[in-house]
Amino acid sequence: MSWSFWQSRRVPLAWLLLSRQPVRLLIALAGISFAGILMFMQLGFRDGLFDASVTIHRLFNADLVLMSPRSMSSISMSGFPERRLIQSLADDAVESITPVHWNFVLWRNPETRKTRSILALGFEPDDGLFISPMVAEQSHLLRQKGRVLFDELSRPEFGPVAERFNAGKVVETEVAGQRVRVSGLVRLGPSFGADGNLITSRETFRSLLPNTPRGSIEIGLIRLKSGSDPERVSERLQGQLPADVKVFTKQDFIEFEKNYWRSSTAIGFIFTLGAAMGFVVGCVIVYQILYGDVSDHLPEYATLMAMGYRLRELLGVVAREGLLLAIIGYLPAYAAGEGLYALIRSSTKLPVSMAPERALLVFSMVLVMCLGSAMLAMRKLADADPADIF
Amino acid sequence: MKASTATSAVIRASALCHSYGKGSMRRRVLQGIDVEIQPGEVVLLTGPSGCGKTTLLTLIGALRSVQEGQLDVLGVPLRGANAGQRRRVRERIGMIFQGHNLLRCLTAEQNVQMGADLLPGRSYDARRGLAREWLRAVGLGDQLRKLPHDLSGGQKQRVAIARALAAQPELLLADEPTAALDGRTGREVVELLRRLAREQGCGVLMVTHDPRILDVADRLLEMEDGLMQEVSVLQKTAG
Repeated sequence: MSWSFWQSRRVPLAWLLLSRQPVRLLIALAGISFAGILMFMQLGFRDGLFDASVTIHRLFNADLVLMSPRSMSSISMSGFPERRLIQSLADDAVESITPVHWNFVLWRNPETRKTRSILALGFEPDDGLFISPMVAEQSHLLRQKGRVLFDELSRPEFGPVAERFNAGKVVETEVAGQRVRVSGLVRLGPSFGADGNLITSRETFRSLLPNTPRGSIEIGLIRLKSGSDPERVSERLQGQLPADVKVFTKQDFIEFEKNYWRSSTAIGFIFTLGAAMGFVVGCVIVYQILYGDVSDHLPEYATLMAMGYRLRELLGVVAREGLLLAIIGYLPAYAAGEGLYALIRSSTKLPVSMAPERALLVFSMVLVMCLGSAMLAMRKLADADPADIF
Repeated sequence: MKASTATSAVIRASALCHSYGKGSMRRRVLQGIDVEIQPGEVVLLTGPSGCGKTTLLTLIGALRSVQEGQLDVLGVPLRGANAGQRRRVRERIGMIFQGHNLLRCLTAEQNVQMGADLLPGRSYDARRGLAREWLRAVGLGDQLRKLPHDLSGGQKQRVAIARALAAQPELLLADEPTAALDGRTGREVVELLRRLAREQGCGVLMVTHDPRILDVADRLLEMEDGLMQEVSVLQKTAG
């Protein structure tokens, strides 16, 4: 059957029209690839931002999270009474809790002496904090006051902390005006909100931020007994606790943060707009190319109609030109996208990678772009009057 | 069919009129043409420019709608025929144009195959084979892969003839096929056209200004001011 299908093919006119005009083809491909790269970049940045905004959120070892209703995002955390977290222990499903302080402090680069805002998390070193054991293994080091664990994935502006520490040197610097010593390294990763992270004990945290009210925390982690349904316990706790605290499941906690960046800021809109611009630019280029191509070959299309070809068949030629352009133009855009993502990862440490959904989305956009432009260019075919060619 | 006596004629026109423009600008180009062409006949049509030859050719070629009078081509009444019916008639007609009108981006072989591709129910290989066969028949068997750009004027016109014949037409229409060619080449092309059309049993209607090729015709028609007259029935043997 496939053989008979193959044998029913005709002269590949669409391909020949494109390939025998290499300059025009190159311009078209450059335009389409450019549009594709632009879309990959913008959407990659957008998704990377949303993913990066929850780097820390994902790591917490918690089933439920308590937060102040006034907390809008990780960069504007408000405190709530720690009593609420302790109250939650009354629920049978609750296994254990961890009160966590969350705020930004100024970190002085030990080399350049410049200060920069860093996210500090404070917790009781004996409590569980993250799913991975990297903090728990080193948390005993924090029992001594003035000790911190530094995130070695923090942006380089914080200084060569990891290098010096790994070289066996004592790394001491000034945080919020006080001397601290780095007693260990962890791997968390920066986000759009925080360029770097450090973890310390509640005692050190309070000495760095003496204005933190006693008995107030920013985040309360709750771990449930196995077999409990986080959704139902979350609803139950929210009903029992006063309105000065909000109960999230961990997934809701992550979504809440993402949603902040998505809706409360213009960032998501800007990047989506950037991608839309790429789309429009691509449309214009492909339309120009195909319209020019149809115009140039109008007498030839008219000749084919005079020979007995259907208008539908000729429209098909233009549509196939669009399809071919989409496929050939997408490949370099994909390759360039991979390369640029690697570049972004190494220079900004944002978790941007070629997600299959995004690769598919950009391909669909390129396809719509090329086929849509082809459809507009087809209107020119109506001018092909076979009566004019004699 | 309108009349059973007409079925044998490839072209049968009676009182065929055609006008361009509207209102006071309306200009009548064809003033009542009566003509009949039988299968296998090679008919030449001459006349001064602007006398309506091209209009008549586009009407017979089913490229325009018939306004007034009767016109049956290959047994199909074209008066009142819709675009789809006219397209199906066009499939059965081969056309050769003043300019060769080859597709610039296709090789000679592919251009001819564009004609053969219109034949239903044949495999790609068969249609490609047909294209090669026709190019060999017009003496271009060694130029299969050349683009029109690389062929001479006479070669291009021969490719156009091969393309027209590859669709196995029942009628060939040619509009000054020698206009762009020098005398000797023009003569060769027309003789080739006549020989191949004869072999196919296909009628030929050729518009020409070229006095050197008039002798290839079975019949010679002349048009003037939108009217047709038969010049003579040439008595000649196929050469």
